[in-house]
Amino acid sequence: MSTLEIKDLHVSIDTEQGTKEILKGVSLTIKTGETHAIMGPNGSGKSTLASTVAGHPRYNVTSGTITLDGEDVLAMSVDQRARAGVFLAMQYPVEVPGVSMTNFLRTAKTAIDGEAPSLRHWTKDVKAAMAQLRIDADFTQRNVNEGFSGGEKKRVEILQLELFKPKFAILDETDSGLDVDALKVVSEGVNRAHAEGNMGTLLITHYTRILRYIKPEFVHVFVDGKVVEEGGPELADRLEEEGYDRYVQGAGAATIAAADAAAQA
Amino acid sequence: MTDITTEKARIGAPSSQPFINGFTEEGESLSPLNAAESKSPLAGEAVKAHSHGGGVGIPDSSRAGRLTSYKLADFKPLTGMEEDWRFTPLKRLKGLHTEVLTGTGPSVAVTAPDSVRVETVGRNDARIGSAGIPEDRVSANAWENFSEATVITVPAEVETESEVSVVLTGQGTQAAAQHVVIVAEKFSKAVVVLDHQGTAVVSENVEIVVEDGAQLTVISLQEWNDDAVHASSQQARIGRDAKFKHIVVSLGGDLVRVTPSARFTAPGAEVELLGLYFADAGQHLEQRLFVDHGVPNCKSNVLYKGALQGRNAHTVWVGDVLIRKEAEGTDTYEANRNLVLTDGARADSVPNLEIETGLIAGAGHASATGRFDDEHLFYLMARGIPEDVARRLVVRGFLNEIIQQIKVPAIEERLTAAVERELAATNH
Repeated sequence: MSTLEIKDLHVSIDTEQGTKEILKGVSLTIKTGETHAIMGPNGSGKSTLASTVAGHPRYNVTSGTITLDGEDVLAMSVDQRARAGVFLAMQYPVEVPGVSMTNFLRTAKTAIDGEAPSLRHWTKDVKAAMAQLRIDADFTQRNVNEGFSGGEKKRVEILQLELFKPKFAILDETDSGLDVDALKVVSEGVNRAHAEGNMGTLLITHYTRILRYIKPEFVHVFVDGKVVEEGGPELADRLEEEGYDRYVQGAGAATIAAADAAAQA
Repeated sequence: MTDITTEKARIGAPSSQPFINGFTEEGESLSPLNAAESKSPLAGEAVKAHSHGGGVGIPDSSRAGRLTSYKLADFKPLTGMEEDWRFTPLKRLKGLHTEVLTGTGPSVAVTAPDSVRVETVGRNDARIGSAGIPEDRVSANAWENFSEATVITVPAEVETESEVSVVLTGQGTQAAAQHVVIVAEKFSKAVVVLDHQGTAVVSENVEIVVEDGAQLTVISLQEWNDDAVHASSQQARIGRDAKFKHIVVSLGGDLVRVTPSARFTAPGAEVELLGLYFADAGQHLEQRLFVDHGVPNCKSNVLYKGALQGRNAHTVWVGDVLIRKEAEGTDTYEANRNLVLTDGARADSVPNLEIETGLIAGAGHASATGRFDDEHLFYLMARGIPEDVARRLVVRGFLNEIIQQIKVPAIEERLTAAVERELAATNH
């Protein structure tokens, strides 16, 4: 059982207009076996949270803590975080020139496990995982994400999730840009990884659509860099019907509601 | 990979637009005199004694118009404004273009199977001039000043079991001349490695004759010391149905400028010109190649890949492919890829394709220069891969496409290790 704990996290970025605060005090605790959904309108800071946990250099943590089983995640380099068990499925996976998927997957697996995977089993595992995600076998010969369509890139992110077996998976809008078939395939992949029982999942999404396939126990609504409401799956259903309008229009009231909720917790 | 694609085409087809007599849309056209002269691969028999390939006053807007001559005096002193020298820092040539090349040239040590003939010959040997003719002042300077040449002959129908290794070891910084002739006789098959090491200031002419049906691979490795200056004109004459593979690997040296060319003399031949370069801070690595399709039904494929890192690392790649009017059925493709690893480096890349006939199988060219940037690094590190491993992974993968074409395991290993060393040099 592992715990990823985010406490009162404040994050800013440097822009041409100066420093801009994006996260304004986020607290969140995820345990192994749990699925949390973070939902919110565009620009609410959802993806910033994901990238900050993974350690993207663009984001400056000005205060607050992130710990993984008590270890200070913020003190770790990007690769150390991944080896500690944090996996970020990226919203826009980049194309990496010159590196074949085969080589990349094996190198990453070796780095994460601290030893090279047994070649025979590894090849078999990769093949099987690719087949389940309906990724063509010839993708292994291609360079990482190079020339992949948006949907293919997302599948390849989930392929890595299944192969690397992280303690915590953060899915940054993995559902955006996917058609229904691809969404199902990708969701099944996440559910398979989750079903192994050793992973906590943080699902970041703008839409409720993916929640038909991946069932969160906890839903957090993000507006303007803060959690404004928290609840169970029923909150997602409500968002499906009402959208984010009431938070955005009445952001002040919602903030108070969240503060009340936090006080009660 | 953010690609900055620079493409430049020169298509020598006549324009339907009205034009000034003697000019095409690209500039001054070839004189009829020159066109007649240029049919033969070495621009005719007469030119052996003396030639101005393009005639007086013809600028090198077409590659066919470039001056060729065995005489240094025919080439004007360099100013750096010339099309073929405009990227080269002349000051760093250490006299290769101005001095009489009397220094001691790199020593030559050849290891070859018994079936291969290795000779050291004087200037008057009949094989001198059989494939090459200087196209620039530095090459002509070497031609005028070399005293003896190494001639390597793979006899007819001999297939060598191991590669011919030619180790050229620099003897110091006095400007010197070097001459090597490689002859692959009819239906022979061989791999020749020119292995440049040590410290030298040298202008080198390498003549390569690939006779009918022969299959020859020439690998030119430039693993010089940091202070070396090397200009190397490597000209190949390709016979009927011959296969020629040429691989340039430039890693070491202050200034290295390799100018390979392949001229088809009979139909049915194929050439592959491959290159790999890795420039560190301050290094100037230049490659200018020329594929001359002057006969029908030949194939050429060009791929050069380069990596750059550090301040003022500079690479130049200019690829000239000329499909002459006679060269119907030509199939050609050339590409250059550069990977810029740090700020402060510069890659120039100019693919030129001149096509004088429409009756060809294919002709293409491409160039892309990309950056290995923080987002690539973040992606790989977010998968647990440490930074140094990530960099190595990218560069090794990028350059491997060329390395694996060498197919001499010992050299492949050596180059892989050399690339790792280059990377380790700036890992702090």
